[in-house]
Amino acid sequence: MTRRRRRGVLISGALVVLAAAVGLVLMALSDSIVFFHTPSDLSAKAVPEGQRIRLGGLVAVGSVKRGQGTDVEFAITDTAEQITVRYRGVLPDLFREGQGVVTEGALEGGRIFRADTVLAKHDENYMPREVADALKEKGLWQHGAPPPAVSAPQPAAEKK
Amino acid sequence: MIVELGHFALVLAFLVCVVQMIVPAWGARIGDHRLMGIGEPAALLQFGLLILAFAALTHAYVVSDFSVTNVYQNSHSTKPLIYRISGVWGNHEGSMLLWVLILALFGAAVAAFGSNLPTTLRANVLSVQASIALAFLLFILLTSNPFDRLDPVPAEGRGLNPILQDPALAFHPPFLYAGYVGFSMAYSFAIAGLIEGRTDAAWARWVRPWTLAAWMFLTVGISMGSWWAYYELGWGGWWFWDPVENASFMPWLAGTALLHSAVVMEKREALKVWTILLAILTFSLSLMGAFLVRSGVLSSVHAFAVDPKRGVFILAIMMFFIGGGLMLYAWRAPSLRQGGIFAPLSREGGLVLNNVLITTATGTVLVGTLYPLALESINGAKISVGAPYFNATFVPLMVPLLLALPFGPLLGWKRGDVVAAMQRLMIAGLVSIASIAVVFAIMWRGPWLAPFAIALGVWVIGGAISELLFRAKAGQADRAEVLRRLRNLPRSVYGTAIAHAGVGVMVIGITATSAWQSETILTMRPGQTAHMAGYDITFTGVAPREGPNYREVIGLMQVSRGETRVTELAPSKRQYNAPAQATSEAGIHVALAGDLYVVLGDEAGDGAWSVRLYFNPLVRLIWLGTIIMFIGGAFSLSDRRLRVGAPRRSRRRIPTPVPAE
Repeated sequence: MTRRRRRGVLISGALVVLAAAVGLVLMALSDSIVFFHTPSDLSAKAVPEGQRIRLGGLVAVGSVKRGQGTDVEFAITDTAEQITVRYRGVLPDLFREGQGVVTEGALEGGRIFRADTVLAKHDENYMPREVADALKEKGLWQHGAPPPAVSAPQPAAEKK
Repeated sequence: MIVELGHFALVLAFLVCVVQMIVPAWGARIGDHRLMGIGEPAALLQFGLLILAFAALTHAYVVSDFSVTNVYQNSHSTKPLIYRISGVWGNHEGSMLLWVLILALFGAAVAAFGSNLPTTLRANVLSVQASIALAFLLFILLTSNPFDRLDPVPAEGRGLNPILQDPALAFHPPFLYAGYVGFSMAYSFAIAGLIEGRTDAAWARWVRPWTLAAWMFLTVGISMGSWWAYYELGWGGWWFWDPVENASFMPWLAGTALLHSAVVMEKREALKVWTILLAILTFSLSLMGAFLVRSGVLSSVHAFAVDPKRGVFILAIMMFFIGGGLMLYAWRAPSLRQGGIFAPLSREGGLVLNNVLITTATGTVLVGTLYPLALESINGAKISVGAPYFNATFVPLMVPLLLALPFGPLLGWKRGDVVAAMQRLMIAGLVSIASIAVVFAIMWRGPWLAPFAIALGVWVIGGAISELLFRAKAGQADRAEVLRRLRNLPRSVYGTAIAHAGVGVMVIGITATSAWQSETILTMRPGQTAHMAGYDITFTGVAPREGPNYREVIGLMQVSRGETRVTELAPSKRQYNAPAQATSEAGIHVALAGDLYVVLGDEAGDGAWSVRLYFNPLVRLIWLGTIIMFIGGAFSLSDRRLRVGAPRRSRRRIPTPVPAE
């Protein structure tokens, strides 16, 4: 084989792999991404029941009710709208009323959200970015300020 | 006083960096040896000054000097000594100081051990290394100075985030950074090579051990992080395809590809242009990792509160080094001389396949990590890309890689004999096929693909053993001869085989724990017994306990198997004093077949508690695999060829860069 043909073989091999990867990426992106919504988004847009979404906001104060076994019910609010979330499982350590939270699951009839994941966080003062943005849009919270409803100090802790 | 000394040392290090960046490179350009010679003492001095700065900050932490803002914000006098020390890098400012310290360490290593490098190459490498340090020192001094003072002095600090008060996490950042920053050497050599317009086998022989060392550190660092997430975060998983995790995984993948392509360059002087590009990309991904983690632009389960202003600065640093590196590459790479030619089916061809698959896989991870950011900036939609995406893209690319892996080392350079390699791998292949049947017989439940994935792991391990046996002429020579040959095999051969076997071990662990993990969540009253994976777990109640800087409630769990008592587990819920934050500590029973993993949830009323139980089969093999990979790397690093140092370049001397014609 000439140098040119050898290089041709290598390059076409690489292109095949690349094409396969692009195909996989496009396929995976079309069906495995999850959109983030706030409670207000859910009233404004029609999100079909059963579609997997992330719902984020603040845990409404006084809304956490424990049911049978590990069932929990609480409300997520962006102060304009409020959605009831049902979850079975153990809540993360930093789950607190009045704090930011992101849950993942699907809408189920009416204004009920069935969550199968409540995302944990590592830091008392960390506000999930989507929640922070959503609250900022509503003028409820500025960056650097403590989250509303709680008056925790603001150390710049992080890792990694 | 000591703090001011540290601050002063930091500023001096910055000034030394300016000199180290400009003078040696200028000397290399005009061919002045005195000017080039300034690089070494400058690199050593810079390292010494940064040690001083780092020691000053550590001292402030150890004696709990709360007049320093950074110490006040991240430390507490009741914290155990080890966490007061690890607190130095458990925060943004301190971790950036650690970053530049390690950067300077690598620069100093070139100065101390690089006497056999061509003078101009060494001068240019030290200049580039200094320019990186300069950027980060400027970043520290302008936006994140760890030595800022506080007035009035508070009586007590705020404490370190409790989940960071952990032995594995104490050493996770230093290892991770040694890996990230270690790739800066590959970058500096690549840039220096491009400036000189010349790279050869000696260049690769220098770059490879540094890349290997960085890769080993990064392997351990990521592995520690994953282990920590597994036992500390109490969700029974070990990897989440979270952006912060991906940020460290991408440089690791690119570094793995670089290690392999550098072999081709060293042995055969081929793939030069590609290796240089990969060296630039690997460090670029490290910088991007630093940016993603430090800026908080991505939302992550591992994210901590961050200041967005700093993100912009790091973004600028990142753009400069990535953009500058790639521009220089585009300009100069065409002038690099082509190396040896080879057939597609050959050792080189195998390594090219490795590179194609790994870099493509890196690309898919990159797309998945940045896509949410891109989409949001285009139409404002907020999305998250999670594990399903990565399982659908990354995993399929790894399958051909693992299938082909055992062939690589058995193929000859230039032109390989695939049929002969197949014969040598016959036994490994048969064992691997047999393992499919065995796994199906034991675990008939679960996904049907899992036994095949296990077989893939067995195939990779079998391939590594086959290679060693083939080289020792097992089955052809008598036993004494085989043993003698095994003893005399170069360490790099062992290194390759061991590291590859580690990959196989990890694949088995990942498959087993993803396919056959069991999980239940239930509410338990004292006296109640739950069953999982053959274990009987009896909850006998809760008890309070006092720690050095926390209070906790422990759940008492008696674990038995039939009649025999196995162990007692005590998962707990902790409440730390400073900062006041709650954590869960899982109770884990480790056995050969897998981990029994118990997490105490919330109190459900009248003495009942919610409890999460997991059984993670063979999960330890994941971390064991990474340790084996590390050991393989260490073997390779201790090979004579690398230890003795690069042979001196004898042939042609090309004094000035030759422009493309």
